[in-house]
Amino acid sequence: MNNKVPNNRAWLLVLPMLVLVAFSAVIPLMTVVNYSVQDVLGPNASFFTGTEWFRTMLNDEALQSAFLRQISFSLIILAIQIPLGIGIALIMPKRGWQASAVLILITLPLLIPWNVVGSIWQIFTRGDIGLMGWGLRQLGVDYNITGNASDAWVTIVLMDVWHWTPLVAMLCYSGLRSIPEAYYQAARIDRASKWAVFRYIQLPKLTNVLVIAVLLRFMHSFMIYAEPFVLTGGGPGSSTTFLSQSLATMAIGQQDLGPSAAFSLIYFLVILLVSWVFYTTIMNMQKDKPPHGGA
Amino acid sequence: MSYQLENTQRGEKYNTIYSKVTPAQRRNRSARSRLRSRLLLGLYLALMILPIYWLINMSLQTNSEILGSMTLWPQNLTFDNYIGIFTNSSWYMGYVNSILYVAMNMLITICVALPAAYAFSRYTFIGDKHLFFWLLTNLMAPPAVFLLPYFQLYYSVGLFDTHIAVALAHCLFNIPLAIWILEGFMSSVPKEIDETAYIDGYSFPRFFVKIFIPMIRSGIGVTLFFLFMFSWVELLLARTLTATDAQPIGMIMTRTSTASGIDWGTLAAAGVLTIIPGILVVYFVRNHIAKGFALGRT
Repeated sequence: MNNKVPNNRAWLLVLPMLVLVAFSAVIPLMTVVNYSVQDVLGPNASFFTGTEWFRTMLNDEALQSAFLRQISFSLIILAIQIPLGIGIALIMPKRGWQASAVLILITLPLLIPWNVVGSIWQIFTRGDIGLMGWGLRQLGVDYNITGNASDAWVTIVLMDVWHWTPLVAMLCYSGLRSIPEAYYQAARIDRASKWAVFRYIQLPKLTNVLVIAVLLRFMHSFMIYAEPFVLTGGGPGSSTTFLSQSLATMAIGQQDLGPSAAFSLIYFLVILLVSWVFYTTIMNMQKDKPPHGGA
Repeated sequence: MSYQLENTQRGEKYNTIYSKVTPAQRRNRSARSRLRSRLLLGLYLALMILPIYWLINMSLQTNSEILGSMTLWPQNLTFDNYIGIFTNSSWYMGYVNSILYVAMNMLITICVALPAAYAFSRYTFIGDKHLFFWLLTNLMAPPAVFLLPYFQLYYSVGLFDTHIAVALAHCLFNIPLAIWILEGFMSSVPKEIDETAYIDGYSFPRFFVKIFIPMIRSGIGVTLFFLFMFSWVELLLARTLTATDAQPIGMIMTRTSTASGIDWGTLAAAGVLTIIPGILVVYFVRNHIAKGFALGRT
């Protein structure tokens, strides 16, 4: 990494990508910025409003509570998925046909379209026809995701854990596989305990992939839309309405162009800010790594 | 190697002196802990499969059986739900549409991402770090933010309700992802190979196609897998940019809920059919997938 050649003609290689991404990112984003400072009344009737929409949005109580819900959802699923993913990676077989079979099985939930994930859990948790809903009712639990907010919350967290823990597990698994066997031999000679092996050999090697895992999981959980939309539709009430759904309702359902554009920008900036912190962390960690360790 | 061996032997000696645990006991204990971890893994996998099993179970039942009684496996096995999907063009065209735009997206993305990733892994140029970070920010953009502008943009250029519109829209997050993964794989190829090829008189395009791409083909395979995955599972944008001609299967599935109730059997069968392409794709890259998940960086 440290022997890269300075060459500005490399821009030519980047150019096709730049044109495409600019078309699908910059133009739409500019449209959003444009709307966020205007009040659009009709095709040719709009006037400049400045920061009014931003102030309205930041003071909107429904959005504030959606934001808090979103933050707590992201923190909860990170707190569950990261340790669980590490645990699963540690017990996955390392070689042979079993390793391949387990890999394919574990990635399965990641390859299901997001709205189908919602449908699967909708079917699975219904009290009349779903195995889980029916089973819980047989056990005497009054389980009802359309009526009870905490049941809905637990189910959505469970669904997200089911859906995304495989990603964390796969990342950790690949991190664990890169540890040379000699490290484990040395640990055996020192008669290190299992915990010490984990703490001083495996965990340090995992930090790199764990940063990626936290970054990806934070981003995706912060954008979650299709799964809760299909499963609970944001209800009961608005107890499981997350930010993306509030935004989609506002932009498509109510056609409030100005406020929803301002909301979009705030939303995007929050994700950007958190991700930037992670990104600089990754970059700093890579600086400490020896040059042959890849990027 | 001999040093290691010596160390191991010395370790064994210390063990025999200081340890009260005999080697046989130790083997026994490690066998037991392996058994325990296998059991835990089995338990996790079983719990993970359960919702999918339930979907398959329901797809093989008639609606009256689904609603009539609680059955843990189909009592009267029926394939009617599947036959219904495969004989109705408005249903199976949903799969064709989804596969078409996913394939288009994979092709476009890999073509522009390969040279760009090469540039990032081999050269420094003005603004490279900023460009890379800007690319990653696109990965973080919530699709919901882009709903409305996309709709208007593609409508105004006349691409609304075409496969290429969805394929282009998915480039928003797939191109940055592809560059991120490919750059990791490319950086693990020694730079000396490039230099040797240039000395041997290879031009850049010839070197890139004949030598470099074959060298990172496992990386390309893994990248294609991820492109497939994220384009296949995304629905918010795909749904917004299509109406009838290019509608993805995920959208057609919503048709199962009508005024007279939900057609659970067909919904379940359609869901099962959306899982199958993923299984096929993951099977092809199973040996490289672990490295791919670390974005080629382990």
